[in-house]
Amino acid sequence: MNGAYLGMPAFPRAAAAATRDGRLRANLTHATHTIRDKRARAVAELDDWAQLRAAGAAVKDRTLRHLDHYLEQLEAAVTAAGGQVHWAADAEEANRIVTELVRETGEREVVKVKSMATQEIGLNEALAEAGIRAYETDLAELIVQLGNDLPSHILVPAIHRNRSEIRDIFLAEMGRWGRPAPEGLSDSPAELAEAARLHLREKFLSAKVAISGANFMVAETGTLVVVESEGNGRMCLTLPETLISVVGIEKTVPTWQDLEIFLQLLPRSSTAERMNPYTSTWTGTTDGDGPGTFHLVLLDNGRTDTLADTVGRQALRCIRCSACLNVCPVYERAGGHAYGSPYPGPIGAILTPQLRGVEGALESSLPYASSLCGACYEVCPVAIDIPEVLVHLRERVVEGGEVTRRGTRAVLRPARGHAAERAAMRAAGWVFDRPGVLRAGMRLAARTRRLHPRRLPGPGRAWSQTRELPAVPAESFRDWWQRTRGTGTESARQGGEGT
Amino acid sequence: MSSRDEVLGRVRRALADVPGGERPERVPVRRDYRRVHGSRTAEETVELLAENLADYRAVVHRSDTEGLAVLIRTLLARRGARTVAVPQGLEPWWMAAADAALVEDRAATTARELDTVDSVVTGCAVAVAETGTLVLDAGPDQGRRRITLVPDHHLCVVRVPDQVVGSVPEALARLDPRRPLTWISGPSATSDIELDRVEGVHGPRTLEVILLTGGGAGPLPSR
Ligand code: SF4
Repeated sequence: MNGAYLGMPAFPRAAAAATRDGRLRANLTHATHTIRDKRARAVAELDDWAQLRAAGAAVKDRTLRHLDHYLEQLEAAVTAAGGQVHWAADAEEANRIVTELVRETGEREVVKVKSMATQEIGLNEALAEAGIRAYETDLAELIVQLGNDLPSHILVPAIHRNRSEIRDIFLAEMGRWGRPAPEGLSDSPAELAEAARLHLREKFLSAKVAISGANFMVAETGTLVVVESEGNGRMCLTLPETLISVVGIEKTVPTWQDLEIFLQLLPRSSTAERMNPYTSTWTGTTDGDGPGTFHLVLLDNGRTDTLADTVGRQALRCIRCSACLNVCPVYERAGGHAYGSPYPGPIGAILTPQLRGVEGALESSLPYASSLCGACYEVCPVAIDIPEVLVHLRERVVEGGEVTRRGTRAVLRPARGHAAERAAMRAAGWVFDRPGVLRAGMRLAARTRRLHPRRLPGPGRAWSQTRELPAVPAESFRDWWQRTRGTGTESARQGGEGT
Repeated sequence: MSSRDEVLGRVRRALADVPGGERPERVPVRRDYRRVHGSRTAEETVELLAENLADYRAVVHRSDTEGLAVLIRTLLARRGARTVAVPQGLEPWWMAAADAALVEDRAATTARELDTVDSVVTGCAVAVAETGTLVLDAGPDQGRRRITLVPDHHLCVVRVPDQVVGSVPEALARLDPRRPLTWISGPSATSDIELDRVEGVHGPRTLEVILLTGGGAGPLPSR
């Protein structure tokens, strides 16, 4: 079974270990650079990218500002189309609901479409405790599951594994989960994919229950949307008798027409394709085609707390494209596991502390897992100002203030003295101790300045003692991007939007 | 309190900053993005579709109504397909020349039975030129979603130019959200292993598309 993220060491420690792992860094550097170069080309094909991006952000803002309205509309539409809607305030409740729904079918095995929401709530572990085996069917998730490992990237969760490691995992583990890997399996990606095809086909053809997430839910029509490449999604969404979808409440969009924005933004930002190989949409149930029973579990689990924060709220616009990971100099060096949640990289650095609260050691260090270079904001297809939220969360850690926890207002005490320094500066120190990370792009807006210590405690000390921390760079981010990494077209296209 | 009330209550409390009288439509959404990128004639749109389909490693063929049945037979024979799944509403003349045994799409057919089928032939609802996408809406000539999923070879006939639109916004406007939709852009693929693209993991590994000119009517029954 998958290990849990909880109990992960705080970011600096995990990141320091990851940086020493040369192979991981090489894999990550190759992956992130490859994807982001392709992405820039895919985006450059659309000369209205800036307008699409603004519209995507606006639609999400409209939804979030009236989320109660849209959730009620969604519930009514799904129900009218033959689905059943359940509400889960937290992870525990969501797990209980899903476990109960699977039990009612009498089945002990389920197939799963890759879903970050179910990773977030630890569904596989909860099902295992109830004696139900959940099979991950996305190739990368399969590699992660068979390797008893954790995903490290949103789009390519097993990017920390090489082909030879994958072959070894398949040879050692597939037999314990079902059809064994063929003897003499080589490490060519085609052969490995074929082994996964044969292994999983048995599951697809016999599965009676499937569990999925969704990329979007349309309030107006009750339609759910799953975007994928391999066809494992289609298998899970159409072959079993019962389908259970666990979806965060923020995945709602108001109208069918709104999909025209997101089905352009998502594939190009994510896999850098004009369109991903498969997209499935379904509205309740259809007679004689697909599952006869459909359950939708609407998940809160910290999302309403995030919604209550008027600065942090924008994190809920996220469509999980992973573009921000692939441009982040810190992610590139630290790897996905260091973020201690299914949400790695810049989005993880703002989402995890909001969903879980900033009180924990990991959560309080995450807002510092950034050089504030702003590259994440520039590429984000829904224009989430990640640096703004990072700075806001740093303030929350250091100065305390009003927060909402499980729907109730609370006042967070400033993490004063040692606690504040430890939480904040160890992570900052980790970043500042690596001039390479810093140089990769400074974007220290004036408003963030007071949150940057003059001298850094911990690992950053030696470096900062001899010099002032860098001031706001003379060169704008856009210019820097163009000069160092960007393709030119992209930065011109997105220019004018940067702060 | 039910969890429904709990969650909705939390949402409402979280949105204390939103003025009570604000209607959702008052939050501005400017739709000043393009309906379609660039201007093209109908023929150019079909050309772009062909290009983008091929770019995503679908194999593109062209035919008129006269040649379709023979082309379908040839393509199936080239695959060595002995059994072919067909939707119930497929135009019979499309398959008139085929040698393979036809397996009609029925609710009672199990996924395991479908797994033994070599190929599937369908029509489509809409094709999107800018993205190289075929959209199936489970209409009579497309059948249940699974028949285009389980067999390893999918042959899809697109009537051009009628079924071709330029862009994603144009496609969505033509589609009915109440129907289950499958958008297909090239064959199934994965890049999960060191970002090496491999075609075909679970869906059909080979996608062939026939761009059919000459409108909807087939050869006269007497022929
Ligand atoms: S924050 Fe933006 S760029 Fe990052 S995953 Fe979410 S939508 Fe994509």
